[in-house]
Amino acid sequence: MNLSLIEEQLLSVSAEPLLQVRDLTLLYGLEKGCQGVSFDLYPGEVLGIVGESGSGKSTLLSLLSGRLPPQRGSIGYRGKDGEWLDLYSASEAERRTLLRTEWGFVEQNPRDGLRMGVSAGANIGERLMAQGIRNYQQLRSAGLDWLSQVEIDPLRIDDLPRTFSGGMQQRLQIARNLVSSPRLVFMDEPTGGLDVSVQARLLDLLRGLVRELDLAVVIVTHDLAVARLLADRLMVMRRSHVVETGLTDQILDDPQHPYSQLLVSSVLQP
Amino acid sequence: MSLVREVESSVMTNLIEVRGLSKTFTLHQQNGVVLNVLHGVDFSVRAGECLVLHGQSGAGKSTLLRTLYGNYLPAGGSIRVRHAGEWLELVGAAPRDILQVRQQTLGYVSQFLRVIPRVACLDVVMEPALARGWSKALARSRAELLLSRLNIPERLWQLAPGTFSGGEQQRVNIARGFMVAWPLMLLDEPTASLDDSNRQVVLELMNEAKASGAALIGIFHDRAAREAVADRHLDMTPTAVAEEEYAHAR
Repeated sequence: MNLSLIEEQLLSVSAEPLLQVRDLTLLYGLEKGCQGVSFDLYPGEVLGIVGESGSGKSTLLSLLSGRLPPQRGSIGYRGKDGEWLDLYSASEAERRTLLRTEWGFVEQNPRDGLRMGVSAGANIGERLMAQGIRNYQQLRSAGLDWLSQVEIDPLRIDDLPRTFSGGMQQRLQIARNLVSSPRLVFMDEPTGGLDVSVQARLLDLLRGLVRELDLAVVIVTHDLAVARLLADRLMVMRRSHVVETGLTDQILDDPQHPYSQLLVSSVLQP
Repeated sequence: MSLVREVESSVMTNLIEVRGLSKTFTLHQQNGVVLNVLHGVDFSVRAGECLVLHGQSGAGKSTLLRTLYGNYLPAGGSIRVRHAGEWLELVGAAPRDILQVRQQTLGYVSQFLRVIPRVACLDVVMEPALARGWSKALARSRAELLLSRLNIPERLWQLAPGTFSGGEQQRVNIARGFMVAWPLMLLDEPTASLDDSNRQVVLELMNEAKASGAALIGIFHDRAAREAVADRHLDMTPTAVAEEEYAHAR
């Protein structure tokens, strides 16, 4: 069998970006917020945003995900239909639809991303119902399927999220986001509040899902080990500016900017 | 064969061409000390050929391999590789182009495995093939073959290599490195501290890669290994100029 032929057929390079960000700026004060951020994100690409608290990472994520309008700059998104949408000239309704269908957002605290008063199954089914799926069996089987995909016992489908551990809640939040087959997912410190052993399991799960579903991801983290494991490339932020961008392992092993060097050399090696 | 045709065919079979490559490290946390580690490095390697980097510890051999791989950022010069049938300049290339080159063209085998918690030995080895879109069954059979050849006991295949011995981790990493066919391979002491029979397997794997047309660039301190695979040497003894610049920077 000719392996290289098989590889050639399977090799699909996505030539067009999914997201085009230009000069994105929102400042609360001098060097508070983020300014002048530009980048392209391609399908299947994982971009990590690292930097210390207050560097502007979370502000940038809010701007990117359509939650907060910028003072300046633009975000273009290429939808499933191939049409470009200018995020902040689109209507509020269009932005909301996008966030419930083609996009996902995984909050650091699962309580902010889940409905704590309804069952795990209802949490997973919500996006499908918003897309018009009303068939109970269909919703139920999607719930069971996604629970097992994120390694939660499907027997827990009728339980409320508050009876779940922190790690399970986080995995449920991921299932709730991925059920609508999004193409782009934003993550804000997804492993932040978890024990180290639970973190490893979640990271492993995320790595697998990102590859299988060809997800584009923008992930904010202050944990450089998480960044190394998940991100293809990194943006280092400091005082509202992006000070360095590049391949993840190059930034971590050969950082160029004084601040990146400080950040990398400050990490304790276990 | 006419001279022109001969020149053409030799250019055709080069898989990597490096010209005037330099690498400096600026240590901002240490008073901005500048280390000039590579300076004016020139070489090319042809299909089926193995170039061995020669020089004392600290001469920049590993730095050169890491710079070629894009793990270190070059300071200047050119690294051109044959990728998907065309020449591609890696100095200044976009991260996603470098990732494509790493997935399809450029392999890197070191003696150290980066262990990921909870990921089983077989999955670690299969990953480069899955990234190229192989089916799980095909990848699995190739991974099992390599792990057997490298004498990793079958009872370890489903375990995460975190708890393996240093030698076992090294061999798992080698299996991963030879999982798919790379047109260009960078090898940083793959045979270091292996016992004779395992070293022999690694030498066989390298010679098989050469025979199938791969270009190899390697560091081998062990002389027997060097003699078994080397076609040419690149002398990396630091030049007087480089030392002078280093002294000046301090």
